[in-house]
Amino acid sequence: MREHTGRLRELAGKLRWYWRELTGESAYDRYLAHARAHDPGASPLSRREFERRRTDAAEDDPREGFRCC
Amino acid sequence: MWTLVAIAGAVGWAMLALARGEEVSATWMVVAALGTYAIGYRFYSRFLAHRVLKVDKNRATPAERLNNGVDFHPTDRRVLFGHHFAAVAGAGPLVGPVLAAQMGYLPGTIWIVVGVIFAGAVQDMVTLFFSTRRDGRSLGQMARDEVGPVGGAAALIAVFAIMIILLAVLAMVIVNALAESPWGVFSIAMTIPIALFMGFYLRVLRPGRVTEVSVIGVMLLLLAIVSGGWVAESSWAETFTLSPGALVVWMVIYGFVASVLPVWMLLAPRDYLSTFMKVGTIALLAIGVIVAMPSLKMPAVTEFASRGDGPVFAGSLFPFVFITIACGALSGFHSLVASGTTPKMIQKETQVRMVGYGAMLTESFVAIMAMVAACIIDPGLFFAINAPAGAIGDTVQSASEAVANFGFTISPQDLTAAAEAVEEDSLLSRTGGAPTFALGMSEIFSAVIGGAGMKAFWYHFAIMFEALFILTTVDAGTRVGRFMLQDMLGNVYKPFREVSWKPGVWIASAVVVGGWGYFLWAGVHDPLGGINQLFPLFGIANQLLAAVALAVCTTLLVKSGRLKWAWVTAVPLAWDVAVTLTASWQKIFSGDTAVGFFAQRQVYADAIDAGKVIAPAKDMDDMHTVVLNSTVNGVLAAFFALLVIVILVDAGRVCYRAIRYPEQVVLHEAKFEQSRIVAPAGFFPTAEEKAELAEASRSDRGHPATGAR
Repeated sequence: MREHTGRLRELAGKLRWYWRELTGESAYDRYLAHARAHDPGASPLSRREFERRRTDAAEDDPREGFRCC
Repeated sequence: MWTLVAIAGAVGWAMLALARGEEVSATWMVVAALGTYAIGYRFYSRFLAHRVLKVDKNRATPAERLNNGVDFHPTDRRVLFGHHFAAVAGAGPLVGPVLAAQMGYLPGTIWIVVGVIFAGAVQDMVTLFFSTRRDGRSLGQMARDEVGPVGGAAALIAVFAIMIILLAVLAMVIVNALAESPWGVFSIAMTIPIALFMGFYLRVLRPGRVTEVSVIGVMLLLLAIVSGGWVAESSWAETFTLSPGALVVWMVIYGFVASVLPVWMLLAPRDYLSTFMKVGTIALLAIGVIVAMPSLKMPAVTEFASRGDGPVFAGSLFPFVFITIACGALSGFHSLVASGTTPKMIQKETQVRMVGYGAMLTESFVAIMAMVAACIIDPGLFFAINAPAGAIGDTVQSASEAVANFGFTISPQDLTAAAEAVEEDSLLSRTGGAPTFALGMSEIFSAVIGGAGMKAFWYHFAIMFEALFILTTVDAGTRVGRFMLQDMLGNVYKPFREVSWKPGVWIASAVVVGGWGYFLWAGVHDPLGGINQLFPLFGIANQLLAAVALAVCTTLLVKSGRLKWAWVTAVPLAWDVAVTLTASWQKIFSGDTAVGFFAQRQVYADAIDAGKVIAPAKDMDDMHTVVLNSTVNGVLAAFFALLVIVILVDAGRVCYRAIRYPEQVVLHEAKFEQSRIVAPAGFFPTAEEKAELAEASRSDRGHPATGAR
């Protein structure tokens, strides 16, 4: 029984991970990890600021992330 | 195991091809397609990866070398597959197969499956590979670097022209589906406030919480569909009943406003909504087809295939089936995605097979389902929906008679009943593919959930789902067109290049919207039927872009010393060029007035001189419209053909030089760097890859980010 719930939890975790990666919800976590790994002393952007810049980047080059017909 | 798959596929094809006079289950079409894809993926794409491209698992990708945690970052292959698929699959594979169904289900299906394996998926995979080797450079940049300035300029112009035609055709699909339909118009109009709310939520209330806001958004969307039904029966119905002409004006206004608003307000939230709806609906449809097992009512091959006088689009099977079905078999547009975002995120070079080839096979399967949806509805109804008003008149009686002349039967009562079942006033001449697809989908879904009572809901659900992502494409495409135009105008007057210079943005947006708006307006008012006239041009344009991509790929294969294998892209290129040039030739020079634009122009111009009005034109204004439209379309077809020839000649010149003087070849490939990431190539790791992963995690415990999950 315990083994089953463990497996289910693992599966749910994997699904959650996949979903967050796919929707870009984990982009901020990735950025944080990247920023901390490269320069532990730096003060990373807040989530609000990060998401703002991420969306606004599409303004500068609309070809990024363009979808097909 | 592979023998079994091959046998299953072969049985599927046999059932499809040999059925005479009886209905075949759509399941066979699905089995035939999936079996063939599996074989193609297992053997041909493996050959491409290992023998032709020689993908190198030791070579670091741009994502690994240039990792900045934002746009360059190594992404898990399964996630990237999802991203790439969502980016390449749109409305295209849902429209083309529906129109091509007028020639029967067989020609289109064969082309979709064979085309994707030997042409479409090859193009996507090879472009992705070469772009990955060049730090994710775009197709236009690769054409300039590797072919030359002439080829590069031709490629840029081609992309821009295609964008305009694409947007016009997609917008026309929506106009035809929403005209005189208060339910549809209300539901679609509601998506704008919903998207604005989502945009506000993501910007101000809870930044980055995509899942929550999408759940709320999808709920509101379903509510919008249901309430559309109430509105259609209320006193508001009048307000939301719009003529095609009025819808064109609204589309143009929407296109302009949406493209100058900040991305976060409308585009970003809409993009989330339409992507979820798209992937969700496609998954539902696949399940629906398998559970409901509908049978195909359309004949395998209709007489229009050989006679070439079909009402949906004119011309014979070769080349027009191959023009009509672009997305799903071979779509030039994909080369823009395969040389854009995806190469900057791919983790390992070895994964181009799964991402490039695999995602394209999946899109092809979407096209197969569109074909199923079109072929399970009654052929009589199919032709009544897809033939232009000029051919079938505007009453159910005249439509029923016209359909009888096509060689199919449907009674006026049945036509009325079909429209009533989905709570629309009329389904006649709802050209463009979306309504046909929606009808087929409502047939399949209502067989699984809700029965006949849910048909109207499912129909409008399908219309909404297509309209949603077409409107998103209109917005995003206008932005891309504007960006390219600003770049070109920047050569003349510098400030145009500044994205923040508002007048430049407005002017360029207005020009792009004006461009597609013109074709949309002309198409909607064309007495001969806009889709009938414009869709072939769109197909030619898309295949032209494929010719550019394949020419660049072939040049690169030759320049990188793979001459022996250059046929893998050269053969599809030759086929594509044959199709595109034959189609353009016929569109320009054919004496058949249904096919040749100039022959058509001549007949109508002569009649104007003689003071006569020829049906389907109703008056002299209509006559002048026909003359103007056929002139513009004819010139455009000639222009596209010219571009193909320019690019081919230029690529040929570069290839010749590379073969003749191999020592002078300059490749713009990024330098080799050892890859430290260990990750499997396919969906499931092989035994060998599992061992490598275990080894990597033992020796590298401190860096969990470098191993795959």
